[in-house]
Amino acid sequence: MDWTRILTNVAGEAFAPATAAYALAAIGLNVHFGMTGLLNFGQAGFVLLGAYSYAITAIAGWPFWASVLAAIASAVVFGIVLGIPTLKLRGDYLSIVTIAAAEIVRIVSRSTSLTELTGGNSGLSGGDGFKKSFEALCPFPDGTTTVWLWTYPNCTSGSWWLRVAAWAAVAIGCLLVWRWMRSPWGRVLKGVREDEDAVRALGKNVYGYKMQALVLGGVGGAIAGIFYTLPTAVQADSMGRTMTFNIWTILLLGGAATVFGPVLGSVLMWTVFMLVKSVLRDLDLSFISSTQSEAFSWMLVGLTLMLLVIFRPQGILGDKKELAIDVR
Amino acid sequence: MLALVALLALVVHAGPASAATAAPCTPDATTGCVLGTIKTAAGEPAVGVVLTVEGGGESVEVTTGADGTWSVPVTTAGDYTVSIDPATLPEGETLRDPSVTSRTVKVLLNSQSRALFALGEPTGGATTSPTSGASAAPDDGPGPTSGSSTSGGGVTGKRVAQQLANGLVFGLLLALASVGLSLIYGTTGLSSFAHGEQVTLGAILAYFFVQTVGLDLWLAAVLATLLGAASGWLQDAGIWRPLRRKRIGLTQQMIVTIGLSMVLQYLFQFLLGGGRLRIDTTNPTRVSIGPVSLTQQAIVSAGIAVVVLAAVAAFLLYSRTGRATRAVSDNPALAAASGIGVERVIRIVWTGAAGLAALGGVLTGLYFQSTAWNMGGTVLLLMFAAVTLGGLGTAWGALAGSIVIGVVAEMSSLVIPSDMKYAGALLILILVLLVRPQGILGRRDRIG
Repeated sequence: MDWTRILTNVAGEAFAPATAAYALAAIGLNVHFGMTGLLNFGQAGFVLLGAYSYAITAIAGWPFWASVLAAIASAVVFGIVLGIPTLKLRGDYLSIVTIAAAEIVRIVSRSTSLTELTGGNSGLSGGDGFKKSFEALCPFPDGTTTVWLWTYPNCTSGSWWLRVAAWAAVAIGCLLVWRWMRSPWGRVLKGVREDEDAVRALGKNVYGYKMQALVLGGVGGAIAGIFYTLPTAVQADSMGRTMTFNIWTILLLGGAATVFGPVLGSVLMWTVFMLVKSVLRDLDLSFISSTQSEAFSWMLVGLTLMLLVIFRPQGILGDKKELAIDVR
Repeated sequence: MLALVALLALVVHAGPASAATAAPCTPDATTGCVLGTIKTAAGEPAVGVVLTVEGGGESVEVTTGADGTWSVPVTTAGDYTVSIDPATLPEGETLRDPSVTSRTVKVLLNSQSRALFALGEPTGGATTSPTSGASAAPDDGPGPTSGSSTSGGGVTGKRVAQQLANGLVFGLLLALASVGLSLIYGTTGLSSFAHGEQVTLGAILAYFFVQTVGLDLWLAAVLATLLGAASGWLQDAGIWRPLRRKRIGLTQQMIVTIGLSMVLQYLFQFLLGGGRLRIDTTNPTRVSIGPVSLTQQAIVSAGIAVVVLAAVAAFLLYSRTGRATRAVSDNPALAAASGIGVERVIRIVWTGAAGLAALGGVLTGLYFQSTAWNMGGTVLLLMFAAVTLGGLGTAWGALAGSIVIGVVAEMSSLVIPSDMKYAGALLILILVLLVRPQGILGRRDRIG
């Protein structure tokens, strides 16, 4: 077994663009669930809408920031459309409706009848040109750079530039959440999470606050969608329910209602995932094929989620007293 | 009948016009391509065939275009399983080797890997000759993925009747699973996201008993149902009762069901692979009733569903345990105070619900003509839609909701592309919540 290669891969996964994207999506979910107590099980829908809005407008020739605005706008619209029927209902209704809505956008965006716009079920790949506007902004010279153990291209696809940009976005996300949690606005959200009626009795518009949280967290998901798809391709099926469940596992692993929980959760989950997968593959066991080792790693993710929720719902960084997971 | 065939031929020919623009996959440093071309026995391109490419933790479905080609970009190198859905082959076509519906290809980045499926007269002689399927047009295989990309050549009375019948059958099968989901919600307050996997469990157990053990289909269905029920008993005894005793909150329990659903789903994939599994490999016999043509299996399945649902209704209305179940549903504390063994009722509900789900899985697997490790995931949301639509926690509501969802899903393919039909059904769920949040038969106080 080649431990150097495995450990290099595993450590590389810790700062991969996809890890940053998952951290961003989990930061968004943290605004929903950790700060406000909304059971959003459709975060992948926000990610998907962000990714497609960005890619489609980028292919149409929009500049980078305009495409980012398009992604944000799609999340705002989706959040409002989703919030209107559900935010007045009880928590488990919200979870079912959000998961259904995320599934609707996935089914629609992979439909072959929209092939001209979304690429149908084969999605949009780099060949369609959605990465150009981002790569044009790259401040580094062309070529590849090796930093210690890791060699990546400077500007194209899964590049150093993408890593820098994605982690910068994660840092901004953490900074915002840190600010929000200490602001009067954040304290009202916390109040909504703990006791909606008490906040209502204080004359606050609970519905409005929930809507703001839903939209803001969704924007986090949409930005995650951009960084999730830039290294690879836009594929509706890679942004389905499994992604939502992964984001939940990440958030609960790191600790909901904390600033760095989502980041820690994402780094931890994907490095361990990579480790298990690579070790199983390298062991070359006769009874486990490489597809099976993948399935086995996913089983571990599911098991982690179960055990976490039962035995340590506050996650690694969370405070059990602060977060009662059982929102109404 | 002729008109129907002509219409379907039109659908098949009109479809690819939009699909033809699908950008073929081009390999680059981060992308590898899995691709292939499917040609009919006569050498014409086979249009609208659905394939599933599975691997790297993902599953992607593609449909062949006007030139019979398909391609899928992948971003991780490794082994991928490509499976073909035989139900979507063009009329009269069969696989040359009907037993091989999936192949494994090794995919490298920056390169192309081909997966080939040859069509023609079966060489093994294992299946019936293709002519017997002459009336089975490709559009009739109502799998979760029926591939045609158009909404069809207009709405005719005949198509309306056909889709209505399909929808009713599908709704009845869906009801088997969702009644249990609703009863679990009613008695424990838990929305079980792992209920979809109970459905898959039934289907793959039936597959195992029929294809691996070689049992008769009827016996296999009974065994699968019983084992499914046993799994429900085990689940309650092993997970949910301890959690209730530990006073773990309902939201936490719900997230546990999500984790459980992931574990089970990937366990199925681990054990059986990502391909499509056909419980019954014979070509279905079709029966025409007036303007409607259904497979014999669909009619028998619907009959079984009606009988079983009636039995469940009778159980809930007239038996002692059934009345106790409804009492627990209404008010667990009051029920416990009046001497009902709440835990015993919950155990019975879990066992029965899992058994019903397994039976629903067997019948749905037969109705879709194939099953797969993630079938439950597809059905789960429709079940939730049905249960929420009917009113969370009411058994009758789940039945009514299922039939509405089944009919809406099938009828919606008259006006929207058929690969979007489940989106239509889920949209109904959201619209209903806007107007009547408690569902069709639900009570106001349940919505909080």
